[in-house]
Amino acid sequence: MSNYYESADLKKFGDIGKHAKKLADEFFKYYGDVTGTDGALTKREKALIALAVSHAQKCPYCIDAYTTQCLETGANPEQMMEAVHVAAVMLAGITLVHSVQMQNHLDKLVL
Amino acid sequence: MNAPVPLYDFEALLRARRIELPPLAIDTLQVNITRLCNQTCRHCHVDASPARREMMSPEGLAKCLEILERNAPIGKLDITGGAPELHPGFDAFVEKAVALGKHVMVRHNLTVQLDPHPLTGESKEYLPQFFARNGVEVISSLPYYQEFFTDAQRGKGVFGKSIEAMKRLNALGYGVEGSGLVLNLVYNPVGPYLPAPQAALEADYKRELKSKFGLVFNGLYTITNMPINRFRLHLEKSGQYEAYMEKLLAAFNPQAAQGVMCRSLLSVGYDGRIYDCDFNQMLEMDAVDSGGKRLSIFDFDFARALARPIRFDSHCLGCTAGAGSSCGGATAS
Repeated sequence: MSNYYESADLKKFGDIGKHAKKLADEFFKYYGDVTGTDGALTKREKALIALAVSHAQKCPYCIDAYTTQCLETGANPEQMMEAVHVAAVMLAGITLVHSVQMQNHLDKLVL
Repeated sequence: MNAPVPLYDFEALLRARRIELPPLAIDTLQVNITRLCNQTCRHCHVDASPARREMMSPEGLAKCLEILERNAPIGKLDITGGAPELHPGFDAFVEKAVALGKHVMVRHNLTVQLDPHPLTGESKEYLPQFFARNGVEVISSLPYYQEFFTDAQRGKGVFGKSIEAMKRLNALGYGVEGSGLVLNLVYNPVGPYLPAPQAALEADYKRELKSKFGLVFNGLYTITNMPINRFRLHLEKSGQYEAYMEKLLAAFNPQAAQGVMCRSLLSVGYDGRIYDCDFNQMLEMDAVDSGGKRLSIFDFDFARALARPIRFDSHCLGCTAGAGSSCGGATAS
């Protein structure tokens, strides 16, 4: 039986260059430059942001990879869980703030 | 372009990268005097526990002291186990090595101060005073500055006891700047991942332990978990062995390889056999001289030991990954 999201498939990330090598190379360089170095943000801070985005985007590969990356950059479980809460509260806030649009339209419809 | 390397073959990797790692010195004698321990840590490469009974004989301890006395270049004695303090000859061993003018380090698990001796029930609460009196450098495992990871790796209640034991050491000046009494801590990842950068983690430990518990220490050593014995079994059972080995291989760092600890120390087992490191000791990979003869403390010759070829295997990838790993922490910047 085949399954989506096999954890072993994470190793195949590099295969995105199979039919578009130049674009993949450029992407991975950009990826490495952004996440793989300390800059204005530390690698740890970047890992926590990436962990939050991984949850918001519901990517199992990214959740596994950035859970490990958070630990390898010295983040602790409380910081990691708070990052997930930031993602959760942003998603909730984004959903709720759209109720303004609903209310605007409601106001327009109601006599 | 580097030649392809057979699966986890460390020596082939060194050949492919044209790296040679002969011994540079023997400045430390690391002696594993017992595998008995009051703890049963999940990652322990020694498989130490309260059930182990291996102890170095009085003749073995005397021979180690004789080697230290006769060989001035070996300036340091690093006593490990198990919990070495549980060996009945521990105190005298320390005192005699100090009397020889050697720098003595003890791999002290902290909780042994508070737990009763697993065999005799005796208290070891005198240890901080004993260490201070002898100027021993104390090196203690504390896998994290929080309870969750520490207890997960070392057993329930270990974090709380470790904090109490550190307070007792601090009270005597251990870890306090200017006291001359050195307390270094050791960090191990609590799973199959690499340690965070040592300097950043040390800063976190210092900030958190000071603010939460009022504790101080000198330095933090980050040590990578070696894929042998109890930790390897865990990796295999959980289906993570291959992924961990690939992680170590991908993170191979030639600079870290240059600094591996086997180039400057010898490891001695409880039975007097000599090894290139404590990990080789647990794998029973005896150190051999250039003629293939096993080394032992009972016929020790410094020049023969220094001229030996170091024995490597796949677990050595653990010491050369990322910033490197040794009993003194990271080996590369």
